[in-house]
Amino acid sequence: MNKLNLDQKTIESCRIHANAIAEKIVRFIDNHTTVSVERSILRLLGVDGVDRYQVPLVNRLVDDCLQQRNCGEGISRYLAASLKNTQRNLADFLVAYQAGKATLAKDPASVEETLAILKPWIDQGLKKIQEQKELRNHWINTYGTAKTQIYVIVATGNIHEDVIQAQAAARAGADIIAVIRSTGQSLLDYVPYGITTEGFGGTYATQANFRLMRQALDEVSKDVGRYIRLVNYASGLCMPEIAAMAALERLDILLNDSLYGIIFRDINMQRTFIDQNFSRLINAYAGILINTGEDNYLTTSDAVEEAHTVLASQFINEAFAKKAHLSASLMGLGHAFEIDPEIENSFLFEIAQAEMAREIFPDAPLKYMPPTKHISGNIFRATMQNALFNLATVMTDQSIHLLGMMTEAIHTPFLSDRFLAIDSAKTIQKTAKSFREAIDYREGGVIHTRAREVLQKAKLLLGDVEKTGLFNALENGVFAGVKRPFQGGKGLEGVYVKDKDYVNPIALRMEEFFR
Amino acid sequence: MNIKPYGDTLQDGKVQISFTLPIAADAIGLEAARQLAKKMGLIDPNVVHQEKLGDHFSFYIVYGSVGVSIDLNDIHVETFETPTMTREEIEQLIETELDRELVFVGASTGTDAHTVGIDAIMNMKGFAGHYGLERYKHIKAVNLGSQVANEEFVRQAKLLKADVLLVSQTVTQKDIHLKNLVDLVELLETEQMRKDVVLIAGGARITHELAKELGYDAGFGPKKYAEDVAAYAVLELIRRKKQMF
Ligand code: B12
Repeated sequence: MNKLNLDQKTIESCRIHANAIAEKIVRFIDNHTTVSVERSILRLLGVDGVDRYQVPLVNRLVDDCLQQRNCGEGISRYLAASLKNTQRNLADFLVAYQAGKATLAKDPASVEETLAILKPWIDQGLKKIQEQKELRNHWINTYGTAKTQIYVIVATGNIHEDVIQAQAAARAGADIIAVIRSTGQSLLDYVPYGITTEGFGGTYATQANFRLMRQALDEVSKDVGRYIRLVNYASGLCMPEIAAMAALERLDILLNDSLYGIIFRDINMQRTFIDQNFSRLINAYAGILINTGEDNYLTTSDAVEEAHTVLASQFINEAFAKKAHLSASLMGLGHAFEIDPEIENSFLFEIAQAEMAREIFPDAPLKYMPPTKHISGNIFRATMQNALFNLATVMTDQSIHLLGMMTEAIHTPFLSDRFLAIDSAKTIQKTAKSFREAIDYREGGVIHTRAREVLQKAKLLLGDVEKTGLFNALENGVFAGVKRPFQGGKGLEGVYVKDKDYVNPIALRMEEFFR
Repeated sequence: MNIKPYGDTLQDGKVQISFTLPIAADAIGLEAARQLAKKMGLIDPNVVHQEKLGDHFSFYIVYGSVGVSIDLNDIHVETFETPTMTREEIEQLIETELDRELVFVGASTGTDAHTVGIDAIMNMKGFAGHYGLERYKHIKAVNLGSQVANEEFVRQAKLLKADVLLVSQTVTQKDIHLKNLVDLVELLETEQMRKDVVLIAGGARITHELAKELGYDAGFGPKKYAEDVAAYAVLELIRRKKQMF
């Protein structure tokens, strides 16, 4: 459907710029690996568990590797050599390693040897992911997918409490449940282990918590006759590891933005780009839909002035996603309803932005975020703001509808907040069901004019970023006005140049799959 | 003067409340809600709405009157009114009374990643039409950003010879902000720096009373802008200077 009559040539040049921007970064990515990428390989080979100090085994092994050489040769080659030297299978080796009876090999195996020795575990890991993917497809084929899916969050800090809240929300009509992570987790250079019951502003993302919540949602899916999707957050220092865990435990959606960690968590840009790439490859292979986070720019910068940065970032995220083999149907690009409601015609601007995203990315399951920044403690007013947002969602045919909460400015949602929000969304979906088909926007009207202006500005910005390069653009604070130095931020010490004999056996096989 | 909530008639005491009960939405739930409201002190509680929240929870909206009232004469609040001053007036004051450049160091500390609040106070552009401290003459405003560990914050404060420290805290779940704010005070005391700085906390859930209780000089919440903070800090520095003589 084409309601804005956007200039296709302008859209095309945006894509060309974005592709060129990503291309340069991909060249950089291809020459590097990170500690987190190496740890994800171990996780996918089946290494799990922690030592008595709660340090994950994958961290122990990669740290051992770093003590001897650097990660540039790839942990897989050291692991393969260890299995060969000790004549053990992986499980036995890990038991011995943990008991201090075996150590990581001092010298790496050759690439060929590595691939041969590790083959059974590579096969096993990939098979597990494929099984989970098939199971998901089976659920989806059985129950179908709503055109607009209702997405709510749980964030109690205690996974058991989260389960109760998630099941209740699903029964009330939610299609997607996101478990928000505890503050600070994105800056941990390891993934916490086991079931957790204490977090701040959210619940720790651990493999055990993933499994528990997946089980609970499968249970409720059967009861309600809808497949309830599970979301978590990858962005942070462990992006690919979270993706690996999500693939193994059948999460359906991961927040996985190529820039969010850099801008909002001050994670080093080199580290983030490398991590996001492998993370997205895993997502693509596992059929996990990604959500990007450009909506967050508007919580920091002005939503009217900076709207084009959101669009520009969507193009960049799309380009990176393509490079990681994600199909359009897995690209949940983000945007948000964040304009100050005091601004005249702000609702029309919102419609322009949302409709534009819909038309430029017709096959992407767009993630539409509610008003947050301009929500105050006036919960009654917030209800009105959220209703406007819900109406915009229906009018512009958004795919993933992240519901606004009336208590947004106060606390993470109460059970009743979520119910009232779901009720509002459902009611508006019903009352305005065919609105979109019934309306056209007038040529030269506010909505047309605004959409064109934003698209034009996005094109200019992308052109500039292509010229300066994305690294420099981030140093100059193009997105959300936040400046990040190339060598600054957290996690740079975990970045390594690949040796000429580097191998990532998992990535090899995944790439093969897409060829 | 005695006052009560106002519905449509003076002293009618009308209030509305809403809550969730962890039981099904049935007749028992309804009565439980009514009795609960009664125990809260509501006179003639009227449960105007009950809603099923799944099988195990139910939601209630209740109207009623409160029997109690408040005598305004009994209320004592430590009013914390910063004098309304313009940026120019503040700049003038620094020039005439202190005659040097003041250093304001700010950050969103601990694991808190929210920067919009501290940026609103410090950055050039300011917030809602109020310019930030960076724009003030005679003020050197250094914004360290977010997720700044207390140790790092103190280190920078020392390095920059800060006069005023601005600490922003947004996430308050499980009282994470209280611990972080208190930790900073203790650290400053250990470093024997506490008395040398004007220590100010701010954030959506920060009140002046809370900040004082935690050992800060002042606290600022929503609808406070750079000129409020600057006016307070400059007057406090002048007061301290005079005290020295
Ligand atoms: C924008 C936003 C974000 C953005 C932040 C972007 C950025 N660059 O800052 C993003 C998306 C990144 C974000 C992330 C998170 N957020 Co947030 N976020 C918000 C939101 C929508 C608005 C906050 C805001 O910017 N307000 C505008 C500013 C100007 O207001 P302000 O901070 O109050 O500042 C004013 C005054 O308080 C004062 N002030 C503030 N600081 C200072 C300091 C000094 C010294 C002085 C003098 C004055 C002062 O001056 C300012 C101007 O008047 C609120 C919800 C809401 N509507 O309030 C949630 C909210 C604050 N976030 C919340 C949470 C939980 C999080 C996360 C922890 C979620 C998660 N688990 O991942 C993460 C943060 C992770 C982390 N490590 O901290 C919760 C906090 C709940 C609680 N009470 O604990 C809220 C309330 C949302 C909710 N209902 O769940 N968030």
